Amino acid sequence: MNFNLTEEQNMLKDSIARFVADQYDITARRHSVDSEAGFNRDLWAKFAELGWLSVPFAEEFGGFGGNAVDTMVVMEELGKGLVVEPFLSTVLLFGGLLSHTGNRALQQSLIEKIIAGDVLGGVAYHERQSRFELHDVQTSAQKTQTGFTLSGEKTVVFNGTVADYLIVSARTSGDRLDAQGISLFLIDANTQGIEKTAYRMMDGRLVANIRLTDVTVAADRLLGELGQGLGALQHVVGNATVALGAEAVGIMHKLNAATVEYSKTRKQFGMPIGSFQALQHRMVDTFVACEQTRSLLYRAVCSIDADAAATACDAVQRNIHALKVMVGRAGKLIGGEAIQLHGGMGITDELDIGHYVKRLMTINTTFGDADYHLQKFSALGNA
Amino acid sequence: MDINFSAEDLAFRDEVRAFFKEQFSDDLVKTLTENDSVKPGMVEWQKRLYAKGWIAPGWPREYGGAQWSATQSFIYETERATAGVPAVIPFGLKMVGPVIYTFGNDEQKQRFLPRILQSEDWWCQGYSEPGAGSDLAALQTRADLDGDDYIINGAKIWTTYAQYSDWIFCLVRTDNTGRKQEGISFMLIDMQSPGITVKPIRTIDGKHTLNEVLFDDVRVPVANRIGDQDKGWTYAKALLAHERTAIAGVSESRRKISEMRVQARAEQSNGATMLQDPLFQARLADVEIDLMALEYTELRALAATAEGKPPGAESSLLKLKGTEIRQTIDELSMDLAGYYSGVVAGEVGSEQIGHSFADKARDVYMYGRASTIYGGSNEVQRNIIAKYVLGL
Repeated sequence: MNFNLTEEQNMLKDSIARFVADQYDITARRHSVDSEAGFNRDLWAKFAELGWLSVPFAEEFGGFGGNAVDTMVVMEELGKGLVVEPFLSTVLLFGGLLSHTGNRALQQSLIEKIIAGDVLGGVAYHERQSRFELHDVQTSAQKTQTGFTLSGEKTVVFNGTVADYLIVSARTSGDRLDAQGISLFLIDANTQGIEKTAYRMMDGRLVANIRLTDVTVAADRLLGELGQGLGALQHVVGNATVALGAEAVGIMHKLNAATVEYSKTRKQFGMPIGSFQALQHRMVDTFVACEQTRSLLYRAVCSIDADAAATACDAVQRNIHALKVMVGRAGKLIGGEAIQLHGGMGITDELDIGHYVKRLMTINTTFGDADYHLQKFSALGNA
Repeated sequence: MDINFSAEDLAFRDEVRAFFKEQFSDDLVKTLTENDSVKPGMVEWQKRLYAKGWIAPGWPREYGGAQWSATQSFIYETERATAGVPAVIPFGLKMVGPVIYTFGNDEQKQRFLPRILQSEDWWCQGYSEPGAGSDLAALQTRADLDGDDYIINGAKIWTTYAQYSDWIFCLVRTDNTGRKQEGISFMLIDMQSPGITVKPIRTIDGKHTLNEVLFDDVRVPVANRIGDQDKGWTYAKALLAHERTAIAGVSESRRKISEMRVQARAEQSNGATMLQDPLFQARLADVEIDLMALEYTELRALAATAEGKPPGAESSLLKLKGTEIRQTIDELSMDLAGYYSGVVAGEVGSEQIGHSFADKARDVYMYGRASTIYGGSNEVQRNIIAKYVLGL
């Protein structure tokens, strides 16, 4: 039993940490956020060059063949740097679904390009009424002689404005809340009948609503089996939830470290505020919360890597739900305390603290918030 | 990262399970639960552990220990708590024993260690005083040299099981001139010595576990002092770092949660079970998640220890979080019992009253309030983390 990283994982970690330290300060991040794409395309090319985009993909497609620990390492470091570039949406969600649904021709033509940084993707799974339920799908896909016609609206699509391709969940049969009858389609994002409305999230990310009006999709763009798309979506979103947990732990670590450091230098009443016991104990509680979240992160990645096919099994699912609950709870505690202990400076836009906090808050609601996952966790345990 | 136990570890786990199944037998459970005193049952159980060679897993082999690895100790503790087997009484086996074999002389080792291993002597701990709690080094019980003896005067308090004990190990003041941590000596004192009075302290669970121990001109031979005079604080601190596994109480808490789930299926509210109550579900899930995290926090500390990394402030974190979780579970268990949480079964018995777990849940809740106070209060643990981990 050990919780150490391999030499390769340490190199990967160091490489991202070095990039963040040398090239991704708060000013560089602002530049990324303010770019037309909502991130810096030059940096994305650099990520490709450094091999980071290949981490989770299978070796047969030119990937690194990484496991959940490898992805965790990447995401935690990206979290520490508050990196806004679309690793989650393009590599983990879009690339993950492409890998998992196993249409070899599409995999061969696209995964290589994702790894090279030439293709950006997004997954359109959310709808206005669906809140956190992946199976609540109203967008319809009607079968035609050559394929399908899609109509409906997807909302809050990460990377939705600039993605070259979208994977869309749509209903090929059944009623709005049925688990069966959901299919996944790969669509060229500039296909006729697609209308995008771009807007921003509080963490600076650019997202979009995607309205589909009689969009024609060829039959070979169906990913996986007809009507069986939900399982793949849940699997990939489950893994992405753990990766997001790693990003959150990186942010929590960063916020706690910055707060402790600040408390050692900021003086009031003639002494560093970190010498006051009332503040010390609050910083201990945020430290403990971060360690507890890290423990659930390790628990989740280890259980996924112990059996890659077992994401659907209850024990692994419970670990993922538990992690996401803690990410939400601890994230709010740590974010709130970081602002409080930084005093007035904590609520300025100038200081990076608030930006980290806003990302943590967005992470809480992504793929289901703490209350949602608490219910799921509870239902599995009390069944 | 790898969370799998080795084949040897798994074989060891099976051996532990088989041993508990065979030796922690119904007649023993009867002795443990049906006596007014915890002593006869515990002595019997500890003698069975001694016969197996498992009474002192952490001790070196040369002193009669099993010298288990950190992983083995962890497996043992997990299985023990899961099987509902009580932990050994720690004062001899986990506290004074290691101090004696580490800092004692040969005569002391030969005299005391075998009797600790065989549960011939019962020990209690004389640290806290009425004026020295969290600020332990402020202790004032005096030991004045008089020929070959020390003469002890003062009072110790919160002494668990002093009423059953043959011996007490004490921190006493032998010098008052320097820093308060200096001038403290470590003494082994025969509880039969003239001048010792044990005064029971009844606690809020209605039970008698704790005592005050008064010393009035008690003569203790110099031969009963551990190590050098005035260096007792160092020995006591080394002892605190000794026992790290199981401090979090993860397995005990997990066991309580599964028991509570069974109880919640039986408790009714408005025609449904309490396990179907959304608020109860949420509170149960929250504490269970915290516990799942703590289990891995403990494993991380264990893995670090197994690799020979010096123990840091992990024990403070484990104690802090472990006791908070424990109290949260105890509170939930009390709430689950509804009206019955207030009923004292006493002579009538829980069967006639019509409720099975409330009486115990309340006692556990009440006495469990002590867990965030003893062993260094949780506020002191926060001070330790602030200083040694956060560098504040």
